[in-house]
Amino acid sequence: MTTELPASAPRVERPVGTVIKDTRGYTVFRVVNGTALLLVAALTLYPFINLVAQAFSSEAFIRSGQVNLWPRGFNLTTFDIVTSDPMFWRNYGNTVVYTVVATAIAMVLTTTFAYAISKRHLKGRTVFIGIAVFTMFFNGGLIPNYVLINTLGMKNTLWAIVIPNAISVFNLLVMKSFFENFSTELEEAAEIDGLSTYGKLWRVVLPLSKAVIATMVLFYSVSFWNSWFSAFLYMDRAELYPVTVYLRNLIAAATVVQGAAGSDSAAQIASNVQAVTMLLTVLPIICVYPFIQKYFVSGVMLGAVKQ
Amino acid sequence: MTTPVPKAMTPTVVEAAMGEPVGEERVQQPPRRIRQGWRKAVRRDWQLYSLLILPVLFFVIFRYLPMAGNVIAFRRFRPGGSIFGEEWVGLYYVQMFIQDPTFWNVFRNTLILGALSLVIIFPLPIALALMLNELRSRTFKRSIQTISYLPHFMSVVIVAGLVFQLTAARGTINQIVTALGGDAILFMQQAEWFRSIYVGSEIWQTVGWGTILYLAALTTIDPQLYEAARIDGAGRWRQTWHVTLPGIRPTIVVLLILNIGTFMAVGFEKVLLLYNPLLYPTADVISTYLYRVGIISSNFSYATAIGLFEALIGLTLILSANAISRRVVGASLW
Repeated sequence: MTTELPASAPRVERPVGTVIKDTRGYTVFRVVNGTALLLVAALTLYPFINLVAQAFSSEAFIRSGQVNLWPRGFNLTTFDIVTSDPMFWRNYGNTVVYTVVATAIAMVLTTTFAYAISKRHLKGRTVFIGIAVFTMFFNGGLIPNYVLINTLGMKNTLWAIVIPNAISVFNLLVMKSFFENFSTELEEAAEIDGLSTYGKLWRVVLPLSKAVIATMVLFYSVSFWNSWFSAFLYMDRAELYPVTVYLRNLIAAATVVQGAAGSDSAAQIASNVQAVTMLLTVLPIICVYPFIQKYFVSGVMLGAVKQ
Repeated sequence: MTTPVPKAMTPTVVEAAMGEPVGEERVQQPPRRIRQGWRKAVRRDWQLYSLLILPVLFFVIFRYLPMAGNVIAFRRFRPGGSIFGEEWVGLYYVQMFIQDPTFWNVFRNTLILGALSLVIIFPLPIALALMLNELRSRTFKRSIQTISYLPHFMSVVIVAGLVFQLTAARGTINQIVTALGGDAILFMQQAEWFRSIYVGSEIWQTVGWGTILYLAALTTIDPQLYEAARIDGAGRWRQTWHVTLPGIRPTIVVLLILNIGTFMAVGFEKVLLLYNPLLYPTADVISTYLYRVGIISSNFSYATAIGLFEALIGLTLILSANAISRRVVGASLW
């Protein structure tokens, strides 16, 4: 009853036969509201539908502006063109490697930090929390970071991508509030059974935190999969790029030509090639999206409990 | 506002609450907790502290060292030299950007994009959440939510690609324009369109995701308040105005403060992906300008001075927004 949404409250009362009845104005509002929301959903989906339509269309139809909801001149040759570029697969593979390594490092650092600062009796706890939270509001900025990464010799290595973004403070706070609500009795029992702090974390807390760990892994891996800027900044060689930078360069090359010389098409990168590359880049996310979405929502709620 | 209880439970309060001290251990325990020194804490919790080492190192090296690295805004930096620069030059670089007309142009663009984001984009998730909240069918509500969250999971590179696709000379938007009798517009080559495109794509990407916290806040409103309001003769609109909106006000305030904090940091990555020299008059923002000055032209000290200025404005904004809201509304981040 308490978890019921407020909007459904009027229904509960109606059988009693009181004055409560939807006015005509409210009925009209509900129809308008429903229609507006359908429109919002359609507008949200349209760019994706258009993307799929372009990916399967032939370049000529796209160029003449005839591709909207449905492919025209259906063909799969563009997929062959894109997937036959070895650099595409190389960069796609890089994205997978970067995402896996970065997520693993991020999880270790986030979990250990969150677990330690979730212990209320820990002396200096607020200082450690403060160290992390302050970085949400102030940061060193682009250039000092760039100089640092160069000085550490991380340029053109995997480390430039996987280490500098290893802890997201938001994720850290989500985990911290999860650990704070962890049953103290269980941990005390484990302590009596002779487990050290490491043992408690590894053998009691983590096995019972699968939900939040899964959520955090998803948070991190989606953001590393989508990231492009640190690779763009710190990688000079094409064979080190993740697929997002590959895609970025494809789009940039196309628009430079468009801006410079009208639509002299010799050097222009075909729209359908772009569309196919985009589609292949988002494909993993689209595929897992229906399954991961609810974890994300619960993760955000957990983080919002207290910041 | 949420955690004063444990702090207020100082020994005196506990004793006052419990009357006479009952046994010896009660008298001894509270003072011991206060006197506990670092040495003792470390001896007891060394394993917990050891878990902190790597993460704290991370923060010190990759977050705080760059903050200290900001001194190169006041020192001359030579590539290959120390990350803290070579010699003091005082406010030389600060003066440089104060006299730089391009800087003031990008400053203005930043303010305009930030203000547009705050005024147009911020209220939209609230409206969408209220609209979703009026739906009676759960399945319908779920489906709309699932769809509206989707763009949030897209890389900014993909979003930029979609923008180029839709605004192309024969893209969907221009097809609509020509169908309505207009001439096709070269959106990505005309500076006057950039702000609309930026705001539009931001709305598309963020509005659905932004509803999550509001929807959560809406479910915590006591249904009895609605009943009471109805008995007092309030219609749906008045219920929304007098019950729903006050119910989610703390959430609105907290998110507003966070938004004000990111006022200056308008979508750097998105602008960088979308803009081109033709769009500089409206699209160039502080962060993209400092990217060009610093990374492309290697003028590190000058770019750092600009970045420091930007970050300090951001910090000031969030601190004052937080202080004001604590005084006025009673809700704050900390």
